[in-house]
Amino acid sequence: MKFLLLIALLFSFTASAEDAGYVLVIKDHRFQPAELAIPAGKKIKLTVENRDATPEEFESHALNREKVITGNGSATIYIGPLDPGRYPFFGEFNEATAQGAIVVK
Amino acid sequence: MFGTAVIVFREVLEAAIIIGIIAAATRDVPGRKRWLTAGLLAGLAGSAIVAASTDAIGSLASGIGQELFNAIVLGIAVLMLAWHNIWMSSHGAELASHARAVGADIREGRSECSIIFLVVGLAVLREGSETVLFLYGVAASSSGTTSTMLAGGLTGMLAGVALGYAIYAGLLRVPMRWFFAATAVLVLLLAAGMASQAARFLIQADVLPSLASPLWDTSALLPEHSLPGMLLHSLVGYDARPAGMQIVFYVAVLAAIVIGMKWANRPRKFINQAGAI
Repeated sequence: MKFLLLIALLFSFTASAEDAGYVLVIKDHRFQPAELAIPAGKKIKLTVENRDATPEEFESHALNREKVITGNGSATIYIGPLDPGRYPFFGEFNEATAQGAIVVK
Repeated sequence: MFGTAVIVFREVLEAAIIIGIIAAATRDVPGRKRWLTAGLLAGLAGSAIVAASTDAIGSLASGIGQELFNAIVLGIAVLMLAWHNIWMSSHGAELASHARAVGADIREGRSECSIIFLVVGLAVLREGSETVLFLYGVAASSSGTTSTMLAGGLTGMLAGVALGYAIYAGLLRVPMRWFFAATAVLVLLLAAGMASQAARFLIQADVLPSLASPLWDTSALLPEHSLPGMLLHSLVGYDARPAGMQIVFYVAVLAAIVIGMKWANRPRKFINQAGAI
């Protein structure tokens, strides 16, 4: 019961992410840009647009994120706040070419 | 082909482990095979439907539908596993010793069967829909022919199923006096790991704060994409870089189920003692 109260409390605390969004485009099973710079210590909203006809899964072990993006679809992923560093991500369905990284400065 | 096999293996592994453990844990529940099969088939049918409506699900709740869907599926599975463990801790020993006639237990056994059905169905649904999408993508792109894709997919699936079966067969070899403790611990950790995954989806959707992200980083020591990392992830919910909120969920579910099991076990012990007098 206490746990439920805690959750309810945390829900109300949830700060909305910075509105300034970042866009990542998937084309020919590659990410554009392959490296995306974001500021440290801030939560950001990342929109991934898939311009291929086939689905892709945005996945990152470093960021602890995974999300399926349908062919010609787009998805929103919230990231951070992060410490400065390089956080690689990849497209699980086309790992050979779909590679990229979030660079936190 | 090899790439296809690895990805399908990764997706099938988690569902196979869950089914292996549940199948072993319910070995004495009458009619469980029928319910396992029904859950599997319903999960597969559901996978196709979910895969086909990924777009619609994803756009729900202003773009976080996919995370909410995954979190809800995981949440229901956690509840079912908790219920299973608590029910087993009060009735499991009786079922195993066949002290009571099957007929007398059928009403309670039926609720256990619906748990088997739901847990298996949900496990297949979650992992299956991603596999369907992936295979569809491979089939639609020109890079691979359909037959090599099918061969890769089948190889990965068989490897995953073999591992799940190995866990099941291994558990059945555990001596009876440790069997319930062993399966109860496995189901407990399975449920806690799923709760942590549900938290991760809710953080990704910005519904919950991460609290600390990551709380620790053991990715250099035991990477999550290595085979031991994958196995531990499916078995006990191992995460190389967990957020603080994931640990809160993990510990809370662990504690809640243990308390529930202790509570359910108490009256039975009392009756046994009374019977002995």
